[in-house]
Amino acid sequence: MPKYLLLKHYRGGPEPHRPVPPMDQWAPEDVEAHLAFLRHVSELLEENGEFVDAQALTPARTWVRYGGPGAAPVTTDGPLPETSDLVAGWYMIDVESHERALELAAYVSSEPGPGGEPLYEWIDVREVMSEPPSGD
Amino acid sequence: MLDEPTPRLDEGALRALVPRVLAGLVRRGEDFAAAEDALQEALLEALRVWPEHPPREPRAWLTTVATRRLVDARRSEAARHRREKTTCAEPRPAATEEGDDTLFLLVCCCHPDLAPASQVALTLRAVGGLTTREIADAFYVPETTMAQRISRAKRALRGRRLDLPGDLAVVLRVLYLVYTAGHAGRVDLAGEAIRLARQLTLATDEPEAHGLLALMLLNHARLPARLDSEGRIVPLDRQDRSRWDTREIAEGVRVLQSALAMQTEERPPGRYQIEAAIAALHDDAATAAETDWPQILAWYDDLVALTDDPVRQDPAAVLGRAVAVGHVLGGAAGLRETDRLREVLGERHRWHAARGYLHELDGDLRAAATAYANAARRATNVSERDHLVRQAARARAAEPRPR
Repeated sequence: MPKYLLLKHYRGGPEPHRPVPPMDQWAPEDVEAHLAFLRHVSELLEENGEFVDAQALTPARTWVRYGGPGAAPVTTDGPLPETSDLVAGWYMIDVESHERALELAAYVSSEPGPGGEPLYEWIDVREVMSEPPSGD
Repeated sequence: MLDEPTPRLDEGALRALVPRVLAGLVRRGEDFAAAEDALQEALLEALRVWPEHPPREPRAWLTTVATRRLVDARRSEAARHRREKTTCAEPRPAATEEGDDTLFLLVCCCHPDLAPASQVALTLRAVGGLTTREIADAFYVPETTMAQRISRAKRALRGRRLDLPGDLAVVLRVLYLVYTAGHAGRVDLAGEAIRLARQLTLATDEPEAHGLLALMLLNHARLPARLDSEGRIVPLDRQDRSRWDTREIAEGVRVLQSALAMQTEERPPGRYQIEAAIAALHDDAATAAETDWPQILAWYDDLVALTDDPVRQDPAAVLGRAVAVGHVLGGAAGLRETDRLREVLGERHRWHAARGYLHELDGDLRAAATAYANAARRATNVSERDHLVRQAARARAAEPRPR
């Protein structure tokens, strides 16, 4: 069965389907509904036997590269810290097909936002390269 | 046969024997790393065999099997295949008390040359008697990673003298690390840290060891109320106090009192006793409103006085004190206290969260919401992040609408 990463982004990606303020500015009951939905997604994936991993990342980012012989590593916050793509976290799932991965990603994207309306958040779906099959 | 219920093996009792058996082997002159490996094998054997055939002398059984493994290991090392009857040295009659063995091994495992992560892993295995798998689960790393960390730590100890009086302060720090590492996963690390600290207090009169045990007990007592049924964080001032563990509180207070009773002019209470005293004052309040903040502030004064430059050396204490100041003298005074931490803690979520709380005390809900949102952006775990987002949304919703 192929594995997929469903990536959520803090920023970057296609034009948002609808503009949404940051979650700390939502009504408290909308925040609760959203967080409850995320818990429900993890439980659903586990019940289906499709869950591999889920992690959230903090928004702080540091780019780093080798600085050359004897030199300290070179770091930067990035060329365009305000507009560049920034991953917020992921679900890793193990599913029957690419179609199933898209179906689950779309379900994640239906998570409730302000006023209980779906967020229509863009989800970045990436297939994980598999190990070579055994018995060849 | 298959229908017969397998008798339950008391794993707690089994693990309690680990430090005693291991200390016995090391004192007898066995290499620490080899003895620890051999004892792990003996433990796995015990888990397999004991449910059917419980030994009459569990400790002697473990020592015998571990010794046999050691002999086997040496034999295969020498590539000799001659079979000979193993003569097992029975452990010397208990010349030492249980606590002494624990202390001896803790000092080995918390060797100052080891990195904190290695000290923690080695302590949990060699003193706590946890398997590598369990320790790996507790820290969410692959088992092979944890196995490597443990064997590297043991290699680092090879050739070091392990019989010197060690640094008890390091041992206490490692146990506190184990305690704070979390309560998730299959292994209750907080419970394990309490068990080890309790054993440690059998071996030493050091008031700080007793202070640490008290601190753990007094915080652990509130654990059942810290999360609601949905797994959401419930802050101290909103917890259902009837869910606190009164037995643990009583024990914690008793242990703390015995530690404080040992203080003298030259030897005032150390940081763990002070933090335990603060925890005890929280535990003592029947409602959040009844909390004795002036006395808590007095203890925080003592805590920040322990270091020369508390802002840099112990910013967490300064931040805790600022909250106490907020309760005693008002939110604005507390906020002023946090100002001098901006340079040190300004990028940490705790600083922003404490300021959000102090703004709320001060009645400024708009500033509170902003501070909570800033804290949420800097949170490093999901539960706290979600909690801070909720706090921000709650403060914003409670704020009177601007016209």
